[in-house]
Amino acid sequence: MRFLTISGPPSSGKTSVILRVIEALQEKDRKIGVVKFDCLLTDDDKLYAKKGVLVKKGLSGALCPDHYFVSNIEACVTWGHANHCEYLISESAGLCNRCSPHIKEITAVCVIDNLSGINTPKKIGPMLKSADIVVITKGDIVSQAEREVFASRVKQVNPGAVIMNVNGITGQGAFELTSLFEDASDIETLKGKTLRFSMPSALCSYCLGETRIGEEYQTGNIRKMEI
Amino acid sequence: MKDTTLFQQPLIETLIDHPYIEDFLTSFGLIVKPGEESLAAYLDSLDPDTLEDLGIAEEQLRQSLDDFLTGMMAMSDPMEKVESLTIIGGHNKSGHPENLELILKPGEIICIVGPTGSGKSRLLADIEWVAQGDTPTKRKILINGQVPDSKWRFSTEYKLVAQLSQNMNFVMDLSADEFIRMHAESRLVTNPEEIVTQILQQANELAGEQFAPDTPVTSLSGGQSRALMIADMAILSKSPIALIDEIENAGIDRKKALDLLVQEEKIILMATHDPILALMGDRRLVIKNGGIDKIIESSQAERKNLVTLEKLDNKLLALRNRIRTGDTLENI
Repeated sequence: MRFLTISGPPSSGKTSVILRVIEALQEKDRKIGVVKFDCLLTDDDKLYAKKGVLVKKGLSGALCPDHYFVSNIEACVTWGHANHCEYLISESAGLCNRCSPHIKEITAVCVIDNLSGINTPKKIGPMLKSADIVVITKGDIVSQAEREVFASRVKQVNPGAVIMNVNGITGQGAFELTSLFEDASDIETLKGKTLRFSMPSALCSYCLGETRIGEEYQTGNIRKMEI
Repeated sequence: MKDTTLFQQPLIETLIDHPYIEDFLTSFGLIVKPGEESLAAYLDSLDPDTLEDLGIAEEQLRQSLDDFLTGMMAMSDPMEKVESLTIIGGHNKSGHPENLELILKPGEIICIVGPTGSGKSRLLADIEWVAQGDTPTKRKILINGQVPDSKWRFSTEYKLVAQLSQNMNFVMDLSADEFIRMHAESRLVTNPEEIVTQILQQANELAGEQFAPDTPVTSLSGGQSRALMIADMAILSKSPIALIDEIENAGIDRKKALDLLVQEEKIILMATHDPILALMGDRRLVIKNGGIDKIIESSQAERKNLVTLEKLDNKLLALRNRIRTGDTLENI
């Protein structure tokens, strides 16, 4: 089973890109599974189900979404394998820009859009900087010059990645992206694998449900600004 | 790359020839104080805790820097000149072979016509992807008569196709001159100021209404935006193919715009159903059922009619201007 982690800032077009990739893979009669991670609510699982692919949805609720991701992804891979998926795609949003779901030796994709502003690439951490493939979306509505500048900013922070422009609406570039997915890591289990980068640590009173503001309520891993 | 003088000499000297190294480091959130210390020593001195906060692993940073420098060095190499682009036919949606070998040369204008869904986008995508029989149409694309290097597919510096469509807008919060300067800098041109002046001047020649260099790009009119995009594409974009999806018939001199791209030795592919633009082309590819169905060379008779069409067009434009200036159209 080929397994890929796809991540990217909220509303960058991850789901649209994956839907276009699914269409291209289905042309070749591939069996596909998608795991959609989100925080509070998502209806994207219905969009995937409509395409006739296997879907699992995971909502992290009150937990940190990326910690939730990493504690569930192994079981998801086992599920995909047991269901004879030829491709399994996990979709998750990197919400704080410091987290990243990418796993060593597993093909990692980051989706980022031309409208997010030219300083965005440097604001995103390992989710973008350690990805193998960077997909840039929404290129149909900005000028050629802006596309070139944006791509050069992405290249600056991840010069080793393959950078591709994909249009999530028309599907332009999706076929080409899919041809890269054919070379994705082929695995049966995630046992023994490690994350590409550690997740931000947090273990303070607020992690445990504290809501009151003030020095006396702060315990554990706390860091102070210089003021 | 680790042993080169670039890593060993004082960082302040390295940055004179390679100022982009500082941009690279700061884009990872690192603080650079160029001095006598070498780049190698700087990298060795980075604190693991700081790196963890910034979300980078030391190994990855070194690898990225290597990849980045390799890419930057390659950018200063002269670009392979595209003298011809060959489209070797595949088949249409019903599997009928296209049976053609079409050679496109710089300075040519090729129009692509056909209804929505006929396969125009797939043809353009085949060209952009430099298809090698690996797309649904099984077309093959050759550059200079040869199977091209894979850099045309994946490198951001060597994009084969620069694209312009009617839906495109400027979204950056910059003035026209700042905007072009930023683009020029990202392309590492040696004389950015000259290029900026040249592009703005060209854009103003194409635009119906003049604009000043300090106009924010987001407040340019449709015609002015298109004029700036075309001037920028002609002069600054290195892509040998310009792909144009219609050019609106207002606020821009379309003939001059195409002439500029022709002058800059681009191969121009234009998806259009506008009769004037279509007749400005050397030939038209008619797309039907996913395949190139027919190739029409613009004939003498058509060229003659172009003159008539232009007269009609100018008449309409004059009427437009009268409306703009508050005139009435009781007598036309």
